[in-house]
Amino acid sequence: MSEEEKYILQVKDLHTSFFTDNGEVQAVNGVNFNLKAGETMGIVGESGSGKSVTAYSIMQILAETGRVTQGEVLFNGENILKWPEKKLQKFRGEKISIIFQDPMTSLNPVFSIGWQLIEAIRLHTNKTKKEAWDRAVEMLTLVGVNEPEARMKQYPFELSGGMRQRIMIAMSLCCEPDVLIADEPTTALDVTIQAQILELMKDLQKRLGMAIIIVTHDLGVIASMCDEIMVMYGGRVCERGSADDIFYRPAHEYTKGLLRSIPRADNMKEKLIPIGGTPINMLNLPQGCAFCPRCANAMEICLREKPDEIKVGEGHRAACFMNVKEAFEEKEEA
Amino acid sequence: MAKYIVKRLIMAVVAFIAVSAITFFVMNLIPGGPFTSEKAMTKEVIATLTKRYGLDKPIGVQYLNYMGNFLRGDWGVSLKTQREIWPDLQSRFGVSARLGLSALAIATVFGVIFGSISALTRNKWPDRLLVVLTTLGTAIPSFVLATLLMLLFCMQLNLLPIWDVHHPNYILPIISLAVYPMAYITRLTKTSMLDALNQDYITTAKAKGVPESKIIFVHALRNALIPVVTYLGPEVAYIITGSMVVESIFTIPGMGTMFVQSINDRDYPYIMAVTIFLAMLMIIANLITDIVYKIIDPRITFD
Repeated sequence: MSEEEKYILQVKDLHTSFFTDNGEVQAVNGVNFNLKAGETMGIVGESGSGKSVTAYSIMQILAETGRVTQGEVLFNGENILKWPEKKLQKFRGEKISIIFQDPMTSLNPVFSIGWQLIEAIRLHTNKTKKEAWDRAVEMLTLVGVNEPEARMKQYPFELSGGMRQRIMIAMSLCCEPDVLIADEPTTALDVTIQAQILELMKDLQKRLGMAIIIVTHDLGVIASMCDEIMVMYGGRVCERGSADDIFYRPAHEYTKGLLRSIPRADNMKEKLIPIGGTPINMLNLPQGCAFCPRCANAMEICLREKPDEIKVGEGHRAACFMNVKEAFEEKEEA
Repeated sequence: MAKYIVKRLIMAVVAFIAVSAITFFVMNLIPGGPFTSEKAMTKEVIATLTKRYGLDKPIGVQYLNYMGNFLRGDWGVSLKTQREIWPDLQSRFGVSARLGLSALAIATVFGVIFGSISALTRNKWPDRLLVVLTTLGTAIPSFVLATLLMLLFCMQLNLLPIWDVHHPNYILPIISLAVYPMAYITRLTKTSMLDALNQDYITTAKAKGVPESKIIFVHALRNALIPVVTYLGPEVAYIITGSMVVESIFTIPGMGTMFVQSINDRDYPYIMAVTIFLAMLMIIANLITDIVYKIIDPRITFD
């Protein structure tokens, strides 16, 4: 098996833009990653960093004004961006599915839970209504919904947020996809429910063996779950590595800033240091590093050139000129 | 649901009493009486007639008498024609209902289709064209439209005969009645469709792999129809009881013409009959709207 074939999903140099009245909003600017079957990858970043747009681009469910302008999304080696809409419809929901941030609004309010689940099942299988019903009940049981038969006849507004998110998960997994994208799956839920939902996803991954991409701004969510973490800023990947790399050996100024700004259990006395400034305007990207205007250690080169990803450890890469400088200084010392 | 319907029926009775009482008393406040236009009558004759129809009694007593008869199923006799009101009302209602329902059916079907097209082609030429047309449609009064249509199709082009009792041709009256609600429904559907298409559950449907057409006509349309149903309820009652103007222009023997005539004649029992009939239709139409509303939007609760 070649290196390429091992990956279920590969994203190569992905650029996605939204064409608005005010101009082109370059939301994603050259994202690369590879995902193996059964692996979990986390994408972290603040609002507007391009993390959700990356996910939507992979599924080709961007808003009307959005378009992938460059790059490839390879699923089992095939570029899905070249697929016709019909083939994409088969692909979505069957091979890859997504759960959204807000379970309160992502289910259709005027159809029953059962109707929505059965629709998802029957779109991708030849099951009869009865078989689809049974499958739906089975899925609801799997995601820990109590009284699944009764829930089937209920409408979204009759259920709590946590329950609805379970139903979204059941719906996204009913065709046993190879990849599940979870776009901020726990953001709209309260903390106890968050933990339950994450547990559930881990558990289902073990049973069904799908790969998961978790998109979040919550570092806590990602720490416990992911094989690999990708930190995004300004539509680019600024750092990637294992959870340990990111949390204990951050190599990008943005990641460092991000970690300084969240409270830690082992260091409650120290003052939190927020990252100064505001997120960049995606309509008008800076010429150099996107984080440069907010970076305390910015150098001249950061203003002029976009840093490439540099290897800073085994499986750990960062796109920050500071690392080049450090490497250079280390070399000089030696 | 059953509890709700019972509650609504009780409300309906209250509304019915209010409508009948207000109409009865206001109607008697209009100067003149049923016999004022008959010039050749002596005072004695008028007094006899007034006594015969019980119009000399105190107005409260008259009302109670009327309601008593009405509850026994007696709609009364026209003071003008001396004929039973109920059969006349029925036949006139039949004409108006056929006309109104056809117009409304056309308005709804085309309104929803045009509204959807408008939403899906937003800011492109079909949408822009529909915006212009619906603006015209909601702005032109039906009597202007009816007159223009008649001028064009009956007089200039000679394509259609002018209304004639023996050769009824409903096309022009239906068009005149349908244009306004059609334009209104188009706008309503467009707005609510655009709103629905921007909701998260549409993205969910797309992510499930639902084909585009099913997303629009099942997932979005069902949500988009809720405001349309709200509009249709009262509109049904309004349109089937007859547009006075359109019926007058085309001289159609429907309820609208009769209503105007009965008021001019001070034909008290007839005015009462038409008003009560109208009120009842309105109440029933609203009740049906609420039930249909509940069927398409399960979030509605009646308690």
